[in-house]
Amino acid sequence: MPVTRREFLKTAVAGATATTMSMPLTRMAEAAVQQLEKGWQWDKSVCRFCGTGCGILVATKGGKIVATKGDPDAPVNRGLNCIKGYFNGKIIYGADRLTQPLLRMTDGKFDKKGKFQPVSWETALDVMEEKMRWALKEKGPAGLSIFGSGQYTIHEGYVAAKLMKAGFRSNNLDPNARHCMASAVVGFMQTFGIDEPQGNYDDIEHTDTAVLWGANMAEMHPILWSRITNRRLTHDKMRVVNLSVYGNMSSDIADTEIIFAPSSDLAIQNYIAREILARNAADWDFVKKHTVFATGPYDIGYGFRPKNADKFASAAEMETYKNEQVRVLDKHEAIAQRRKEGEAVPQANAATPMKDWAISLEDFKKALEPYTLDFVAEVAKGDPDEPMADFKAKLKLLADYYCDRSRKIVSYWTMGFNQHQRGTWVNEQAYMTHLLTGRQCKPGDGAFSLTGQPSACGTAREVGTFAHRLPADMVVMNPKHRGIAEKIWKLPAGTINPQMGSHYVKIMRDLEDGQILFNWTQVNNPWQNTANANHWIKAARDMNNFIVVADAYPSVSAKVADLILPAAMINEKWGAYGNAERRTQVWRQQVLPPGQARADIWMMLELSKRFKLKDVWGAQKIPGLEGGLPDVLPGAVAMGYTPESTLYEVLFATPENKKVRWPDPIAKGHGNHVADLLKDGWFPEKAMFEEYRQFGSGHAHDLAPFDIYHHDKVRGLKWPVVQKNGKWVETPWRNNEQYDPYVQKGMGIDFYGNNGNALVMGDLDKPGNPATKVDISHKAKIYFRPYASPVEKPDANFDLWLCTGRVLEHWHSGTMTRRVSELHRAVPSAVCWINQKDADAKGLKRNDLVWVESRRGKVKVRLETGGRNRVPRGLVYVPWFDEGVLINRVTLDATCPLSKETDFKKCAVKVYKA
Amino acid sequence: MSVKNPARRDFLVKAAQGTAVAACGGLLWDYLLRQEVRAHPYALRPPGALAEGDFHAACIKCGQCVNACPYDTLKLAGAGGDMPIGTPYFTPREIPCYLCPDIPCMKACPTGALSPELEDINASRMGLAVIDLENCLSWKGLRCEICHRECPLKGRAIVLEAHPRGISKHAMFFPIVHSDACTGCGICEKACPTTEAAIRILPHKLVQGKIGDHYRLGWTEKSEITQDFKPGAATESGAPLKPGKKAPGVDYLNEGGL
Amino acid sequence: MSELPQHSRSAAEASIAKLHARTGMSRLLGWRHLVLRRLSQFGILLLFFGTAHWGWQATKGVPLLTGNLSSSEFLGLIPMADPFAVLQIFFAGHILKTESLIGAALVLGFYALVGGRVFCAWVCPVNAVTDLAGWMRQRLPIPTLFPLNRNMRYFVLATALILSVVSGVAAFEWVSPIGMTHRGIIFGMGMGFLALIAIFLFDLLILKNGWCGHLCPMGAFWSMVGKTAQIRVRFDKDTCTHCGECARVCPEPQVLNLKKLEQTGCVIPGECSNCGRCTDLCPEDSLRFALRPLIHRPAVPKVRATSPE
Repeated sequence: MPVTRREFLKTAVAGATATTMSMPLTRMAEAAVQQLEKGWQWDKSVCRFCGTGCGILVATKGGKIVATKGDPDAPVNRGLNCIKGYFNGKIIYGADRLTQPLLRMTDGKFDKKGKFQPVSWETALDVMEEKMRWALKEKGPAGLSIFGSGQYTIHEGYVAAKLMKAGFRSNNLDPNARHCMASAVVGFMQTFGIDEPQGNYDDIEHTDTAVLWGANMAEMHPILWSRITNRRLTHDKMRVVNLSVYGNMSSDIADTEIIFAPSSDLAIQNYIAREILARNAADWDFVKKHTVFATGPYDIGYGFRPKNADKFASAAEMETYKNEQVRVLDKHEAIAQRRKEGEAVPQANAATPMKDWAISLEDFKKALEPYTLDFVAEVAKGDPDEPMADFKAKLKLLADYYCDRSRKIVSYWTMGFNQHQRGTWVNEQAYMTHLLTGRQCKPGDGAFSLTGQPSACGTAREVGTFAHRLPADMVVMNPKHRGIAEKIWKLPAGTINPQMGSHYVKIMRDLEDGQILFNWTQVNNPWQNTANANHWIKAARDMNNFIVVADAYPSVSAKVADLILPAAMINEKWGAYGNAERRTQVWRQQVLPPGQARADIWMMLELSKRFKLKDVWGAQKIPGLEGGLPDVLPGAVAMGYTPESTLYEVLFATPENKKVRWPDPIAKGHGNHVADLLKDGWFPEKAMFEEYRQFGSGHAHDLAPFDIYHHDKVRGLKWPVVQKNGKWVETPWRNNEQYDPYVQKGMGIDFYGNNGNALVMGDLDKPGNPATKVDISHKAKIYFRPYASPVEKPDANFDLWLCTGRVLEHWHSGTMTRRVSELHRAVPSAVCWINQKDADAKGLKRNDLVWVESRRGKVKVRLETGGRNRVPRGLVYVPWFDEGVLINRVTLDATCPLSKETDFKKCAVKVYKA
Repeated sequence: MSVKNPARRDFLVKAAQGTAVAACGGLLWDYLLRQEVRAHPYALRPPGALAEGDFHAACIKCGQCVNACPYDTLKLAGAGGDMPIGTPYFTPREIPCYLCPDIPCMKACPTGALSPELEDINASRMGLAVIDLENCLSWKGLRCEICHRECPLKGRAIVLEAHPRGISKHAMFFPIVHSDACTGCGICEKACPTTEAAIRILPHKLVQGKIGDHYRLGWTEKSEITQDFKPGAATESGAPLKPGKKAPGVDYLNEGGL
Repeated sequence: MSELPQHSRSAAEASIAKLHARTGMSRLLGWRHLVLRRLSQFGILLLFFGTAHWGWQATKGVPLLTGNLSSSEFLGLIPMADPFAVLQIFFAGHILKTESLIGAALVLGFYALVGGRVFCAWVCPVNAVTDLAGWMRQRLPIPTLFPLNRNMRYFVLATALILSVVSGVAAFEWVSPIGMTHRGIIFGMGMGFLALIAIFLFDLLILKNGWCGHLCPMGAFWSMVGKTAQIRVRFDKDTCTHCGECARVCPEPQVLNLKKLEQTGCVIPGECSNCGRCTDLCPEDSLRFALRPLIHRPAVPKVRATSPE
């Protein structure tokens, strides 16, 4: 056969030259992948970004992170990631990563007005120590402060809290979580007596209704949103309602979009409660058995400086600030609060906003009476171009969902509720509607507060890195709590400062006042993330103070600092985060930090070696605390310490903790640069975690041992994690007998957080006789909270609402995500969304460069009339990730008076061509 | 020297002149080449063809693959047309590749421009079928799906996804192309019943993106946690600080502006 | 012919007269190589075309001659490839399959024996066009527009190879009018005929033998190969009358340097394409094809030329 001859020749030829031949496309790609993945080592980790807490797997090779993937075994995300999560592997490799301590210097010496120059760690710590001693000498413990973070690892947060509260006896430690979910915390504590959601993400697959109250989950919790969308697509009965002050991407899936006026969510929830009662849709058994009605004062101010604001503020700012003393009620507020329009109400309870008392059901009903559909629709309609009838129909539909008890319902919220001048109130109202209808703590039923940060729950809340907190929901103001902490921490009685420290915004104000002389910023970016930033930037640079910023990248805060410490990032250290559903997740160190960068925990431990008990445990003066802090050195000596003992020895490297040895087989070969640098053979992260566990164990905050979380098969556990038959079992739904071991048998639902608490009975306006107390053990409170209008509203001069927030592509202030070139390319800068009609009326058009100006400051930004957000007439939206558009120069530093959380969602601005 | 050896001088001058002319001509020539090679990104090549750049280098323009093709699928591009000159290509809407199992065109190639590494015709990647969702009858809800049925790798290269349809009781059948199986033969394009084909073959690089090397899809391949982790070379911590070395980010930090 | 004073003008004129006096059969014979060349050129083309379009086969299932001049396969077995194209592809960075290397070696060996530019005169289809232009130009008083050194083609050759490296494609193959013509005839012409017209006009109106004799890098390549050719035009200095007719029809007249020819006894330079035009025309039969080994022996001792026979 000729073909055979031909074939023979061809084959011979091919055989001879096979090695030199090029390969076809497919084979080349396969071979390339195989070659690329050779030697990859995988380990589990957690996404660095939002509070969802997606599990990821990390691959390293040759000391570098080469790839990540969504963890298919993680119940939160089942292998998926959003586009930020996709770049977890790249965030640590930005070109301008800080790798050396930098100190402002002139002629080789620290100079507040000098330029940053690299210094050794030794010098950096020397200068820090010197400045802390100076601040302690000048102002006592109150002169020190730390800006902490909801992005702290649990270990870091715990070390920071112990260092400040037990070591320096200062409570001026407050996390950026104050900006994020402080209102949720106070809402939980006031309502249930215990923090954090009872439900979990599996509620999504159980529910029939998801109501978003100021939570643009489509962008801010993309992975949870895909679960909600899936539920909507696969469950016929499922309905999604999106309440927001502007149209956003969550509306694309929502069945109903309700655009409401800023702050009117307070009125809408009261309308729903009124409907529940009017239609007799309440679950009276539940209400009687598990709840008590309560209320509090309305005249609580807006979280501004209580006095002397005019010392720092301009005349324009004072127009808003003067409301802190006296508020003139507008028409809606007057009706909602059963008063007269134009009445000047002194804000008598500005200092005591947390006061509350029990009321009767009749009073509760009476309070809700004004919140008729007509009234609420008038207050709440947020889009001036929407017909009133349509808006009313939507409100009625929403009330139908809440009143229909055959329908399971979950209310979700994030910053829309929390960043609110009445953030605590509006959180409590969410529980009001759910408790009235008996739909809380049950699969598919509940009000669920989502968090923004990866460990806002795990660290800021559970560890207690707030100015008023101790671990496991305890507070410094409570002597019993201090006693427990002092016992676990092996401190002499009286060590812990009983006075609440300065919260986040107050630390800024104290820096401006000169009350705080030293600040250490860790894992966050205060000078970009704090409202009314012009004041704080000026205070940082012009006042005689010393600011240390530990960061991985040159942030705005680094720029205003005096000393910059290069920080290790997530997978460069051992860590643990706790997400919004109480799930504690851990990771090992995968790679070493670059250059001289080091973990924050190392910085704190190293600094603690430089202070002795005699430096800090003597008698201390505290402004406003009569008698100051006692001298506890004799007590310390009695406990076996000496005045020469260092804080490192007393608080951290204790004989007990040093028994936790490094290296540890749980590491499976992974390194620990902190342990290696300390060189004394203990495993700080594990030791601190085990010590921290003691706080929660037996108090419904139980955590499993360190090693359990590091088990290969474990993908985080939802606390309380209790041992049952030798196994560590998590709690999917709290306060529910079916799931929660802390519920008293036979109770079904048990709000045990309030056990032992009592409330004074009163009427709508005031508490009654302090002797007539109601025991609220096993009960949650149903608060009546009235509508209160925003402190600053658009007027003739500043004619638009400004709302700020995030975009999917960037995390917070963008220090990490803006280093990822792909994300930066996708969304390089912030824009100002404006309604087309507003733009037309002002003679502006898309892409125009405009000034957005408020009474406090202005920024230049490009206008956007299309795209992902559809703002109604009268409102503009500017995201805050872009340091080039530092929108917090414009925003108002009004806070919820209860939670001290800033309202970033509303202030009055004008927009004009730049 | 030049006086001593006028012949040598003459030679040098002539050589210089010749080189100059060749260089000038070469620039123009090079420009033409690049125009010709780059201006035509749409060519679909016979099975086994190397990546387009390598293919341009390797193809000797002999047409033996064209001779070998039993279906007259392959054409050799003429001069001045819209395909790179002298190279083989095919136009699926006219004659698609019928995927001969013995791959005669590839075997006829003398240079290896059609790589003999291609052993299975189904492993060929001539292009990728791309569906115009707006004009695909199946995506509109009609029961067409011709491409799916005609596909030689039916169920692998083109799969049908059934979805419920909101407005009626009738499900929708969406054809979806999978690039890991699609050979780019173009039988679907030939078969597509719309006036202009709603499914068509395009070269991969015109339509395909690429996921970053730093990411793996979690659910497609399982990764076990490494039990004996080997930390990489120490890049860190403890490395002595070099005084005077420029620190990253320090310029930004020192410039004014806040 | 002033450099050859020893020959008389009258002898030369006699030779020319002899040439003009040819009639009938001898006149026809004067075209014999041209006719054979055309047959060769078109015959090869026909074999390619027939195989491609009419399915010509040697035996059942074995195509006769597939491909084209760039690369082909004869009888389904013997690979052939253009060594110049292969060289460019190699320069472009592609490692070729052995088949084409073998093909190139076969072709190279063949032309190294019979004369490199035998390709030009006997195979290349462009030759017919340039010959036509050359023939017309002989009869028309067209002055040269600008002179060009015949060595230019070697610079073009070098440029082709350099460009192959630079651009990553076989530089000449992508613009070759030879390829365009040949491929065009077999596989479809496209706009390739424009290149042919351009060459024709160039040769006719601008520069005599402009393409083949001055620019074509393929011709240059084959010229270099042709240096080893074993079939050469033999020169008989004894019968030559220096009439100059050969140089008049030769497309590469510089190869007919009589002084050099006297020393070597045959046409040595590779530029000679063995077209045979001079052998057909020479009135004295001083120029004839012969095998090189047979030519050299009598011509070697130079001194003997001065001694009387």
